[in-house]
Amino acid sequence: MNWRSIWAIARKDLKEVRQNKAAWAPAIVVPLVFAVIMPLVFIILPQVIPVDDVQRELGDIDALLRNMPPALKAIFDDKSLEQMFVIYMAGFMLAPMFLIMPLMFSSVVGSDSFVGERERKTMEALLYAPTSDMELFLGKVLAAVLPAIGLSWLTYVVYAIVVNAASFSLMGGLWFPLASWWPMMFWLTPALAVLGISATVLISSRVKTFMEAYQLSASLVVLVLALVFGQISGVLFLGVGTVLVIGTLVWAVDALLIYLSVSNFKRSSLVAKL
Amino acid sequence: MTEKIIQVENLQRTFGANRAVDGMTFQVEPGEVFGLLGPNGAGKTTTVRLLNGILPPSAGTMRVFDLDPAAQGELVRRQTGVLTETPSHYERLSARENLEFFGTLTGIAPADLPRRVDEMLSFFELAHRADDKVETFSKGMKQRLALARALIHQPPLLFLDEPTSGLDPEAAQQVNDLIANLGRRNGQTVILATHNLLDAQRLCDRVAILNKGRILALGSLKELARKLWPVTWVDVTLFNGASAESASASIQALRGVRQVSAEKESLAIQVEAEEIIPQVVSALAANQFPILKVKPRDYTLEDIYFALQAGEA
Ligand SMILES: Nc1ncnc2c1ncn2[C@@H]1O[C@H](COP(=O)(O)OP(=O)(O)OP(=O)(O)O)[C@@H](O)[C@H]1O
Ligand SMILES: [Mg+2]
Repeated sequence: MNWRSIWAIARKDLKEVRQNKAAWAPAIVVPLVFAVIMPLVFIILPQVIPVDDVQRELGDIDALLRNMPPALKAIFDDKSLEQMFVIYMAGFMLAPMFLIMPLMFSSVVGSDSFVGERERKTMEALLYAPTSDMELFLGKVLAAVLPAIGLSWLTYVVYAIVVNAASFSLMGGLWFPLASWWPMMFWLTPALAVLGISATVLISSRVKTFMEAYQLSASLVVLVLALVFGQISGVLFLGVGTVLVIGTLVWAVDALLIYLSVSNFKRSSLVAKL
Repeated sequence: MTEKIIQVENLQRTFGANRAVDGMTFQVEPGEVFGLLGPNGAGKTTTVRLLNGILPPSAGTMRVFDLDPAAQGELVRRQTGVLTETPSHYERLSARENLEFFGTLTGIAPADLPRRVDEMLSFFELAHRADDKVETFSKGMKQRLALARALIHQPPLLFLDEPTSGLDPEAAQQVNDLIANLGRRNGQTVILATHNLLDAQRLCDRVAILNKGRILALGSLKELARKLWPVTWVDVTLFNGASAESASASIQALRGVRQVSAEKESLAIQVEAEEIIPQVVSALAANQFPILKVKPRDYTLEDIYFALQAGEA
């Protein structure tokens, strides 16, 4: 395994994708919305709107709290209604949104580097390079996964700062991240980044243009989210245990998809599609 | 062990029912410029892909540097450079970035890479545009960059697939001059896939003429011409007013002369071999016939090519 070649491919793909506005524009906008605008809205809201409305909103929360596992319920003990609202919104409700990012980032970069390379007819010269199929594959996967994880982490950091700053006086100190966010960042996020790219590689062998791949991957993101949201808003709360289990499931799916995409990613079949 | 760079035997590659390469056998010597000639769909590009191990063959054997490209593709590709049919680059990157990328993949040491890249850029007259995005380049510049990319690791074996297609005559001439120099100066072996017969005639030591995946003929221009037309013709033109008719009588009986036809001051003489031509000339001179011009008929690759392709049809 020649790591110098693998890094060269990853770096080249990143340089290229940087020039593709359609690819990186969402990578700026989405984190901005999730990490800055949404938490501000949800934290400032209960502090400025009439008490009656907050009360009504919090009625729902009361009902939810009764169904929570005891470990999670402890977080809400001895909190005022406004504080509960903020913890519930910023700590739980918005959490699944953050799962979009690793998925989206890695599938967008993957669409550009796997399909875009063929679309722009640069694939053939690359196939003539003295690298193995595996090195080519790894280089491209890293180009998608590393920035996806990095950008997600950066978004988490910004989010943590915004949430703590906006709710500092209300909560009387730093309270975020909650315990469940740690496995989300370090276990579930990488798993989703890998899910995004491995699904994209499979999609990319069946489509002709970057845009097609982009759209298909986007629908995949929506699908995964619908599944996750459905689970969460119904019965599950993202506690530490839940996140670890979901993460493990995603890694298992990853293993399968990676196996399939590696066996799909062969020079001989790529050259036939040039 | 063998000194042949390429050895191919009964090589085949099918795509469904389509036989893209249909039983080719040939060998390439070190330092040769070897042409693969044929019309569209003859199997030139497929052959290049097979020999570089990026496409597995359906049957037959091939050795490149005594390696099997199908099983040891990486090792083969380390020693080959390929100018692909469509010279596509990473258009959003600069010429320098493109070369650095491929230089790294071909294993040039990091310490040598900047120097190699600069050498290539200035050799191909791209130094002044080195840091511009390739999307701003003309077709000729892109072609030169593609050549630079194929040559950056100084491969002993070079594949050029249609190197002058789509270039204006001046750019094509430049590229051809370069190719002519490669073999002679650096001892590189060159496989030139083309349907430009003039280029092939000028550059190739030997050619394989292909059609529908099969080799119709193989050899140097001379060998092929001799095989197709075993006799030699020479045209002699006499000076103003001299009668070719009477001149023909004086040479008809010479040994090695097979046939003479005369018209006004021109003679068309068929001889057994080129050696006969000087004897014909001295016989004419001895008989005081004023000779203006003596021109042995050369066959061009074009004549050979069309004769073969016509025989095929
Ligand atoms: N990936 C592929 N799938 C199916 N058929 C193919 C594939 N690649 C080549 N062929 C077929 O193989 C035959 C030879 O093609 P090839 O590209 O080798 O010809 P060529 O001599 O390079 O032609 P050209 O001068 O047009 O470049 C053609 O009939 C072509 O359609
Ligand atoms: Mg071709």
